[in-house]
Amino acid sequence: MKEKEKNKMEIRFKALSINESFARASVAGFCLQINPSLDELTDIKTAVSEAVTNCVVHAYSGIECGDIVITVTIFETSVKIEVKDFGIGIEDFSLAKQPFYTSKPDQERSGMGFTVMESFMDSLNLENNKEGGLKVTLMKKIKDNEQKAKKLG
Amino acid sequence: MEIKYKNYNNVLYVKLVGELDEHSAKYTSKTLDDVFLSTISKQIIIDLSEMGFMDSTGIGVLIGRYKKMKNKGVSIFISNPSYHAEKIFKMTGLYEIMPKIS
Repeated sequence: MKEKEKNKMEIRFKALSINESFARASVAGFCLQINPSLDELTDIKTAVSEAVTNCVVHAYSGIECGDIVITVTIFETSVKIEVKDFGIGIEDFSLAKQPFYTSKPDQERSGMGFTVMESFMDSLNLENNKEGGLKVTLMKKIKDNEQKAKKLG
Repeated sequence: MEIKYKNYNNVLYVKLVGELDEHSAKYTSKTLDDVFLSTISKQIIIDLSEMGFMDSTGIGVLIGRYKKMKNKGVSIFISNPSYHAEKIFKMTGLYEIMPKIS
C-alpha cells in the first residue's frame, strides 16, 4: 500500500561548498518530525552531503554556477529526499556509480559519493532532468517510526 | 575546521576539530600538509574525537595525506573515529592504509 504524504519542504540555494553545512542541517532539521534515531539522522545528513557535494563539484563544471534544489517529502514511516541541479548532467550512470570512479582524477577525490549514498540510504535513483542537470532521489525508511505505526494499528 | 597538534614521545598527534566536507577540504589538506611536513616524527596519529561530521570528501583528504607521507616513510593512524566515520572508513578500505589505534 502506498504511503501517504504527510509533509514536504523545498529549499533552493547556490551550488557553493559553503552551503553544504546549511543543506545538511536544513534536511536533518526537517526530518526530526519523523523521529529518526541519531544514526538514521546522521545517515541522512551524510547522504545529503554527498549529493550536494556532487552538485558543487561537478554539476556546473565549465559553466556558470547555478542552483541546487532539495525537496524533502515525509511519509508515514519514510522520507524521500530529491537533490536536483540544472547543470551538465551525467552521461553514464553506471560508470558514475562505480566505487572509486571520479571524473576528476587529478584532484584528491575518493569517488565514493554514490557508494556512500547507496550504503546509508535504502535506495538511490538517478535521472537526467528535461531542463538539464541531474536529479538524485534518496529514500530511507525510519525504523522506530515503523514500530510506532504498528503499535497503534 | 580547526587543527590542533602536538609532538609527544616522537609521535605527532593531530586533532581535527569541526566538520570535514568539501568546503573545509582544501584548508584541511593544506594545513595537515604544513603540520606533517614540519615534523620529524615517523608516526602520526589523527584524533577524530572532535570531528563533528565527515563525508567521503574526507577520505580523499586522508588518502592524499597518506600518499605524501608514505614517500617519507611516515605512518599515519586514526584514533577515536565516530560511528559514522568508521562506517565510511570500512566502506572505502581506508583502514588498510591508515589503521585505527586505541
